[in-house]
Amino acid sequence: MSQGVQVVGLYVSDQDEALAFYTEKVGFRVHTDARNGNYRWLTVQHPEQPSFQLGLFVPGPPTVDEATAQTLREAVAKGAMPPLVLVVADVRATFDRMKARGVEFTQEPVERFGSVDASFRDPAGNGWKLVQAR
Amino acid sequence: MQDPELLRRLLRAKDRMDAASQEEWPVSRLARVSGVSEAHFARSFKEAFGVPPHRYLLTLRIERAKALLRDTDLPITEIAFRTGWKSLGTFGRTFRDVTDESPGDFRSRAKATPHDLESVPACFLHAAHRPDLTIAVSEKRRQEAGGTNDPDTTEVT
Repeated sequence: MSQGVQVVGLYVSDQDEALAFYTEKVGFRVHTDARNGNYRWLTVQHPEQPSFQLGLFVPGPPTVDEATAQTLREAVAKGAMPPLVLVVADVRATFDRMKARGVEFTQEPVERFGSVDASFRDPAGNGWKLVQAR
Repeated sequence: MQDPELLRRLLRAKDRMDAASQEEWPVSRLARVSGVSEAHFARSFKEAFGVPPHRYLLTLRIERAKALLRDTDLPITEIAFRTGWKSLGTFGRTFRDVTDESPGDFRSRAKATPHDLESVPACFLHAAHRPDLTIAVSEKRRQEAGGTNDPDTTEVT
């Protein structure tokens, strides 16, 4: 596929922590990790979805001023950012595997509307829904 | 301005109430989940999320009760117990205070109204259907009727 959304960014509190979480616990891989002084462009991707990258960014100058950065850090930590959805073949198996790796689940697998879903958070507070593919 | 690390820990208490709103959530338990003192917890929770913890819990319970009334044929007494109330009377009174109709009337109206929300993830649907309690139920009751406070709905602040 040559068109479509290529990168969507998330605000995280700590890029090293987020990188470890998404690669070691969720199963993503690094796409780009480029630094320029204090600025770090860091994206990960799902191994079966090479056309899409998830950016792991920290709010801060020069992108936003310090007061705005603080507001964004607070919003993330309060779980106020928009929802994310990860589709997997088997929610219960993925739940077991991620739980064993120490992922913080906020809802165990539940069957509803003919599918199974569970919820987890990344270390910063971003909320994910795990949904079974149908 | 609040410390993001503290907020992240307060979110954990909020998540736990979200996951099991039918359970008892005394401030001591919530404070323990967040790793802060009881005195600190209620104040910092309200500052973070805009409502005191027990009012937030109440919105969750009412939302769950509405969903069960709408989507199941469970007896109302059973729904009251499943959503965390200790008596049918307290449930009915609180439900009416919050929604301005009785559980039975809500059920009749909801079942007569078609809804097509199956493609929306349930957690977001829950959030959208929570009552927006800008004042305490006890205060609302006082404003409307001048009645006495119910110990079950008295807020911890």
